[in-house]
Amino acid sequence: MSNRTTSAHQSSHAPAAPGLFAPAILGPAVVAAFRKLDPRQLMRNPVIFVTEAVAALVTLLFVRDLAIGGDAGFSGQIAAWLWFTVLFATFAEAVAEGRGKAQADSLKRARSELTARLKHEGSRIEKVPATTLKIGDVVIVEAGELIPADGEVIEGVASVNESAITGESAPVIREAGGDRSAVTGGTQLLSDRLVIRVSVAPGGGFVDRMIALIEGAKRQKTPNEIALSILLSGLTLIFLIAVVTLWGLAGYSGTVLSVTVLAALLVTLIPTTIGGLLSAIGIAGMDRLVRFNVIATSGRAVEAAGDVDTLLLDKTGTITFGNRMATDFLPVPGVSEKVLAEAALLASLADETPEGRSIVALATGEYRVPGPAAQPDAVIPFAAETRLSGVDLGARKLRKGAVDAVLRFAGVEEARAPEAFRAAVDRIARSGGTPLAVAEGNRLLGVVHLKDVVKPGIKERFAQMRAMGIRTVMVTGDNPVTAAAIASEAGVDDFLAQATPEDKLAYIRKEQEGGRLIAMCGDGTNDAPALAQADVGVAMQTGTQAAREAANMVDLDSSPTKLIEIVEIGKQLLMTRGSLTTFSIANDVAKYFAIIPALFVATYPGLNALNIMALTSPQSAILSAVIFNALIIIALIPLALRGVSYRPSGAAALLRRNLLVYGVGGLVLPFIGIKLVDLAVAALHLV
Amino acid sequence: MTLVGWAQIAVLFLLVLVTVKPLGLYMARVFSGERTFLSPVLSPVERGFYRLSGIDENREQGWLAYTLAMLAFSVIGFVSLYAILRFQDVLPLNPQGFPAVPPDLAFNTAVSFLTNTNWQNYAGETTMSHLTQMAGLTVHNFTSAATGIALAMAVTRAFARSKATTLGNFWVDLVRANLYVLLPFAVVTALVFVAMGLPQTLDASVTATTLEGAQQTIALGPVASQEAIKQIGTNGGGFFNVNAAHPFENPTALSNLLNIYVMLAISAALVITFGQMVGDRRQGWAFLATIAVLLVAGVGFVYWAETYGNPILTSLGLDPSMGNMEGKEVRFGQSASALYAAITTGLSDGGVNAMHGSFTGLGGLVPMFLIQLGEVLPGGTGSGLYGLIVFALLSVFVAGLMVGRTPEFLGKKIEGREMKYAVLAILILPLAILGFAAISAMLPFAVASVGTPGPHGLSEILYGFTSAAGNNGSAFGGLTGNTLWYNTTLGIAMLLGRFAYVIPVMALAGSIAAKVKAPVSAGTFPTHTPLFVGLLIGIILILGGLQFFPALALGPIVEQFAMLAGQTF
Repeated sequence: MSNRTTSAHQSSHAPAAPGLFAPAILGPAVVAAFRKLDPRQLMRNPVIFVTEAVAALVTLLFVRDLAIGGDAGFSGQIAAWLWFTVLFATFAEAVAEGRGKAQADSLKRARSELTARLKHEGSRIEKVPATTLKIGDVVIVEAGELIPADGEVIEGVASVNESAITGESAPVIREAGGDRSAVTGGTQLLSDRLVIRVSVAPGGGFVDRMIALIEGAKRQKTPNEIALSILLSGLTLIFLIAVVTLWGLAGYSGTVLSVTVLAALLVTLIPTTIGGLLSAIGIAGMDRLVRFNVIATSGRAVEAAGDVDTLLLDKTGTITFGNRMATDFLPVPGVSEKVLAEAALLASLADETPEGRSIVALATGEYRVPGPAAQPDAVIPFAAETRLSGVDLGARKLRKGAVDAVLRFAGVEEARAPEAFRAAVDRIARSGGTPLAVAEGNRLLGVVHLKDVVKPGIKERFAQMRAMGIRTVMVTGDNPVTAAAIASEAGVDDFLAQATPEDKLAYIRKEQEGGRLIAMCGDGTNDAPALAQADVGVAMQTGTQAAREAANMVDLDSSPTKLIEIVEIGKQLLMTRGSLTTFSIANDVAKYFAIIPALFVATYPGLNALNIMALTSPQSAILSAVIFNALIIIALIPLALRGVSYRPSGAAALLRRNLLVYGVGGLVLPFIGIKLVDLAVAALHLV
Repeated sequence: MTLVGWAQIAVLFLLVLVTVKPLGLYMARVFSGERTFLSPVLSPVERGFYRLSGIDENREQGWLAYTLAMLAFSVIGFVSLYAILRFQDVLPLNPQGFPAVPPDLAFNTAVSFLTNTNWQNYAGETTMSHLTQMAGLTVHNFTSAATGIALAMAVTRAFARSKATTLGNFWVDLVRANLYVLLPFAVVTALVFVAMGLPQTLDASVTATTLEGAQQTIALGPVASQEAIKQIGTNGGGFFNVNAAHPFENPTALSNLLNIYVMLAISAALVITFGQMVGDRRQGWAFLATIAVLLVAGVGFVYWAETYGNPILTSLGLDPSMGNMEGKEVRFGQSASALYAAITTGLSDGGVNAMHGSFTGLGGLVPMFLIQLGEVLPGGTGSGLYGLIVFALLSVFVAGLMVGRTPEFLGKKIEGREMKYAVLAILILPLAILGFAAISAMLPFAVASVGTPGPHGLSEILYGFTSAAGNNGSAFGGLTGNTLWYNTTLGIAMLLGRFAYVIPVMALAGSIAAKVKAPVSAGTFPTHTPLFVGLLIGIILILGGLQFFPALALGPIVEQFAMLAGQTF
């Protein structure tokens, strides 16, 4: 487990997000938008495919109108705006993809033209292109060279620069055996020499997957996207029925509706807004994750993250800082806190362990003990055998360490230690902390309280999680007493003490039996089964190859707190989809009020009463609805890419807010929008 | 509108509100196989049925087996009813000596009663023998309603169970629906109806001498018993041609109230049954609230539109204070007519006590629109409940994403497969209604059946297919339905509305049942709050409105504007 405590929300070294409409993205996106008009590609998106078919049909009618002298001005404009509708949708997808491209390109450069020194049996060595390496091949890498493929170190220890994929310039240690044996293709060896067994087939390496993912090339529809597509296709079919039959129903009263206006009606009614933005939302969701330095193997995992009910969090590094730290000095009667603090400080000067340093920090900080005045005569450094450290200052022999070790040093039997001393030791142990005793010669001065310090703000974070309906479970190797104390301090809902990998796996299975979705993070090989079993498994980039293979996400920063952000990104993705779907459907009401009176006012003048927007003319009304329908896609691209704003709260509050903004807003906005477009259309004399 | 008028409406809704809970909980016990107060009497009979027909009541069926059993039962029901209609001239109990029913009308009628629609392209008292009425039509009034209830219970169990492969046993549900619910309720109601003066006799008619000395033949028959199950099972097929406007079917204001109450009672209580069986009673009340809001709005709208009256008639010198009394019975007046019209269409009953076609444009629009919403307010016995569940799933799916989770309803995740079946189901109504109506509107011989020219004629056609596909059965009046074209197409629309709808719904139930029931947390989309009720209402209205608004604009809406402008066609 990495001890780095990365808690920054947005990793500082993540590539800066290019502006939404930066020229570098805009230019290629426009080109890509046209390329995506290929019907074979658009088939994947039924709503936009139908729009394209209708646009083609109206274009034919426009040509006919030109030929036979029909109202070509009107059908031409409708055709143009229908094509714009399709283009805006493909453009949205292209922009979303373009944002990942820059990062993918830099990754590609890192990977390009790698060669490997392949070790044949009998230690013959041959230089081959990295792309020919197969699973099980053994290669040798020397300092300064790039590692040719993902693999497992089987011999040697070396420092590796993994900045190409993590953005982190500090080198990491890779060694054979244990939890740090995985290396990634494209990273650079800085020192020493490694013998590596290749563990992936060519093109299947981590960097390859990452590139494919960022570019969106291998993007498959996620389960929720599929379900939503089905609904949108169903709505498209329903409106197709409504519009086609309208031709017959209108024929009853002698109204002959032109195909152009029916086409316009159809396209404004089918959910083009969400249909056009759906894939952009998905790509942007993955992209947000990448910007958080998390690589997901599939969009499915990102969605599942939004559904998570239970988070399994490792105590160390996530909930606590990972080291026991001194928090209190508890002197025995007759000794002042100041004296105890000073003695503890002096006795810890030679203790380089984090615990020792934390005592120095506490004494000089909170207790304002000045640094040592005299040079010590002798220094007794902390050792695992003696379990104490100290100094000799002349006659003063100061010692601090494990309670029994210090008692032995002082020559005091435990039963004869001062009452206050024993009480303090007992209380600290029961609260899950670690007591350290401090003695001067054979006199006990008091106790130092060491405890696992819970990260500031984590309790509030868990409370937020609870409000969102997510249970947090702390996993620790500590004994149940210590675990319970930390669990209650951190405010987690449950804990697993003295947890073995089997315990984790069993816990996950039990939760899943009850219908819950579980997320966890881990890095060791023994975490792999649990990572694979969890619905969302996040492996640390510093972890083993086995863990990275089993997980469905890899955190490049190796920060266990990331899990919480991942859940939020997953939720935001689903919310964006739902909000725009609601918006899209709610929009239709206004479009009816624009188009229906326009269609029939010639036959039934009374229906002009439905023209509540007072649109200028029937043709202007139809054109305005089509233009609004196209422009709203462009207007919503930023929202689709950024995601709707998300504040962690309960489902009821989220629903109320989003329903108000996107449901009621979706009802009202197009009335205003279509009216404005109509004013412009009339002012410009477009029809 | 008057205070007394509103009071009549309020009394009805209060009556329903008081009885939904005991009735709903009773049905939950019945369909969970628990003991009820009727068990000492009925359970030996029930077991007798199983022994006689070789049914193992403990063997449950998966969704496919359940659906196939239902289909097999329906095919047998159709064939037997068709045979009775075709051979009624040679069968007994035909005192009037009616001839055999022609093939196309027999098809239409058999489908109509099989699908709980009870669209009638004939006048009962001059077409059907007593045997046909009792052994043919009335039997289907029971079985079609019981089939609906059984299907609804199967769908309910899908949400109540976790990782289940079965949904119950169709034959057991069918027997229980008839024996424990419909039959006792019908017996009591029929007796009350008899007490209220409805005829119950096997005599064909009485001959009376009128004041002028003329001889008048007044048709009679087993009216009270048929009337009871007609309403309880939301069938709506009347003994007489003019249905509940006939004084023998519906003599007084009190019988009118009872008529409406008994048609509403079971369908409304079934949502409570649903809540009880899925282990969340609040869900049942939320559904009931949804239904109540839309129904009260519908009743109010019709009441308002009809009392507003018709300016054309006013200008002809009619007293506007009565509102538009065309096609209404004076003994019911505006309020009770509006109440009946909205509830018979919100339900898929289809009985009428006034001619919907004589309502004003808007007054006639509401009953039509209530059917087009999908017959979920609260819809036919059983069919309304599963229709409402489909809408709830759609609402949860669209809006549920907005809370940032895969949408769930009662702990069941709504994914691609569920969406596919739900979409297949909701496609049926627009396809059958708009498709057939548009074709009919373009065929000269179909248009010739229309009673009134102009937009009203289009309303007649649209209402016909709406009523058929919605399995409602009420008619707008005016349209001559007994033609080869309408007998056939309306029959197909009824079949689509019932079976093409329920098969995907059952597949949906099978898929739902197999899912793990996820526990509720603060992150779960709440589906029992006023907010959800509002959302569900919004989705029902918007979805229904978006599909049918263009068609309605050409019929009742334009008619309303024309009426206000004093224009006739």
